[in-house]
Amino acid sequence: MATNDPCVVVLQLTGGNDYINTMIPYNNPLYRDNRPAVGIPDNNIIHLDSNYGIPDYMAPMKKFWDDKKLAVLHGVGFKDSPRSHFRAMDIWHTCEPEKVGTEGWLGRVAREFDPNKENVVQVVSMGPSLPRSLVAPGVPVACVAGPLERYGFLPQVQGNERAHVLDRFAKMYSPAIGSGPVMDYLSETAIDSLKGEDIIKVVPQKYSSTVQYPNSPIARKLKGIAQVHIGEIGTRIFYCDHSTFDTHAGQNPGHGNLWKAVSEGVEAFFADLREHNKADNIVMLMFSEFGRRVHDNGSGTDHGAGGVAFVLGEKVKGGHYGEMPSMKAEHLVQGDLDPNMDFRSVYSTILDKWLDLNPVPIVNGTFEKPAFLN
Amino acid sequence: MAYQDDIGLMAHLMRRAGFGAGRDELEARAAKGYEATVEELLHPETQPPVDAYTLLRYQPASLLPGGQPPMGNVNWLYYLVNTQRPLEEKMALFWHHVFATGNSKVDNYDQLLEQIELFREHGMGNYRELLSIVARNPTMIFWLDNQQNHGTAVNENWGRELLELFSLGASNYTEKDVRECSRAFTGWTFETKIPRAPYGRFPWKFEYRPEDHDDGEKEFLGYKGHFNGEDILDIIVQQPACGKFICRHLYNFFVADEPQVPAWPIEAPRDQKAIDTLVEAFRDSKFDMRSVLRVMFNSDFFKNARFQHVKSPAEVVVGTLRFVGGHEVPRPGYGELSMNTAYMGQDLLNPPSVEGWHTGKEWINSGSLMARINFMAEKVGDTSAPGVRSIIDRLKTRGSLSPAQLVDGCLDLLGPVEVNPDTKQQLLSQANEWGQISWSNGGSHAADQHVGQMLQLIVATREYQFA
Repeated sequence: MATNDPCVVVLQLTGGNDYINTMIPYNNPLYRDNRPAVGIPDNNIIHLDSNYGIPDYMAPMKKFWDDKKLAVLHGVGFKDSPRSHFRAMDIWHTCEPEKVGTEGWLGRVAREFDPNKENVVQVVSMGPSLPRSLVAPGVPVACVAGPLERYGFLPQVQGNERAHVLDRFAKMYSPAIGSGPVMDYLSETAIDSLKGEDIIKVVPQKYSSTVQYPNSPIARKLKGIAQVHIGEIGTRIFYCDHSTFDTHAGQNPGHGNLWKAVSEGVEAFFADLREHNKADNIVMLMFSEFGRRVHDNGSGTDHGAGGVAFVLGEKVKGGHYGEMPSMKAEHLVQGDLDPNMDFRSVYSTILDKWLDLNPVPIVNGTFEKPAFLN
Repeated sequence: MAYQDDIGLMAHLMRRAGFGAGRDELEARAAKGYEATVEELLHPETQPPVDAYTLLRYQPASLLPGGQPPMGNVNWLYYLVNTQRPLEEKMALFWHHVFATGNSKVDNYDQLLEQIELFREHGMGNYRELLSIVARNPTMIFWLDNQQNHGTAVNENWGRELLELFSLGASNYTEKDVRECSRAFTGWTFETKIPRAPYGRFPWKFEYRPEDHDDGEKEFLGYKGHFNGEDILDIIVQQPACGKFICRHLYNFFVADEPQVPAWPIEAPRDQKAIDTLVEAFRDSKFDMRSVLRVMFNSDFFKNARFQHVKSPAEVVVGTLRFVGGHEVPRPGYGELSMNTAYMGQDLLNPPSVEGWHTGKEWINSGSLMARINFMAEKVGDTSAPGVRSIIDRLKTRGSLSPAQLVDGCLDLLGPVEVNPDTKQQLLSQANEWGQISWSNGGSHAADQHVGQMLQLIVATREYQFA
């Protein structure tokens, strides 16, 4: 495995991030009209250019913008957005707006990269559950819920006995014919994890850094990702999330606390990678399952449709891609921004220009490819 | 053979309607009979409640834990481990899956525990009444922002989730219904919180403010009127979709794993007839959960569904702790103990979102599988734990054991657990390495150890991940 292969980090903003308060159209009078309660005051907006600004709690993102390493994808979503967290997230994960899909887009990517499953730590997800984005038959995913060094089976068995016991364990999990799909899945998970644990556990031993990460769950996850990436174990897909962006009420300061944690975590993460000269082959995608209603509800915002996604990295061509859908009442769909960029466009560019894969079978179709990567 | 059948079936019932049981309890219950046991489970008031004073004595901070984990988890774990009313607690867990409410936002375990107490009290009662209670529960109101749902500014959070996640399921209503439903619940709020400092937390109390209620005409699911919240609930429970949705939840939780909830509008249930049977009981009893549960536990589809359900982390942790024993008193260390479900992907009182947890196969991934196996292996490997001692004592009475007898004995007393022939072959090869084991002639320590190690291997099997 080449150690400079392009890698992807996905940071999922779970709960429906408020697009309009994240990428503020501060000159648009409709912004003030629609946000009497949760609008960001003018002196708390950091201008990116003459049209858009970010709230000051996202300050670290400004540096990425100035360095032209932050691409803003406007109006992302899909037609007939269901406004259900469940369903919208599923659609993002599986690229199946019409039916309930079982395979994730990144699961398909992983299978393309490594059809024979030679590297069981190719995909690393930080957190106790497995996002559907990463799921595909035969694709191992290392889900790391706690510290990397504690990843492993039966830690109480040590010494000479350990190899013997783990061997017995592996044999118990060897595929059994006709035992059903869930049993097969258990087998695969156990066997792959068993192979992966020795690789992942030792990663922190090789890591040292002068970068101080903030004390937040997302920063801890990003630090874990940095450790794995710097450890060069051939991981190419990383996943983490932060929640919950479901700001129906108390949006200020709730949205601020969320973005402060995310942007400070991301800042530390890239600083860490740069310190280790490992930033060049990383692209980070941040997305949320939908944006929020244009007009606020008095203290927050309800579920909406069109949203914003970000792509960051040393090789990203910063700037705006697409434009914010019209906020005029006659253009709204049930009070929401009408998405004008299919979310699969974002994936398609990453797949085609960064990962060098044919996007069509992965996202189930042909979509425009905004040119945020060369 | 009849003994084995009865014990196997009783073990199944207790795994599902409770958190499993050791052999002594299974024998006592089997002697009483299956249906009598179901009735006892359905009537928790016939059994003594959990002793709250012991919790107070050992973990005073868990009584009103505030917003910091793990004291809220300590509180519930204590009840889960000690209850003599297993179905009452299991139903509280069931409703916690459905009405998933979390500390990540509520920041108040006092209130979350109060909600669990409501589920204990009303979880086997009438579903229509439960909806009414939940709609008035300040914790739920805050979780879904209904205190911000005003006559002049509608907040759709509660209105939407009531329809999508708590009663009908997606695709059984329109966006307009969400709006109208939300309007009907305007003015349903709770008394303003008194600030924490310097007084600490005060209990929240439901309040209806007629001046903040939108009393205009509404059109909801084809009905027209000046509806208030209760009218909406009346309409909801009469919808055929409601019974189907709640009964499918019951089936998924108690009988056999279904696909994830978002797939329900598209994928048929794995046993349509079973759902129909439950829906009929739900309708005929006017939404009485106890009646539906009675039909379910006594049905063949339930009895024949052994090991068709991946254990949830709560089932793994509570089941293991109750089985090995010794964790009844909430000594120091209970906090760490109570976080184990979270390490396996189920942070009780703090679900990832209002959708609750994805269940079945989705409990399993590399990290969560490690966490569950490591936890169970550590516990059953402790040969001084009362539940493990009890297995050893039963095996001891059989004299010395051949490798096959050791394997069969452990599989039986830990469940009975059913494993496929390949798995059994591995267990046997391990036992063969130890040879004949015996507690006489100074072999006692080694024999104990081998039983413990065999139990560890069994809990680590694929098969043991199912209930």
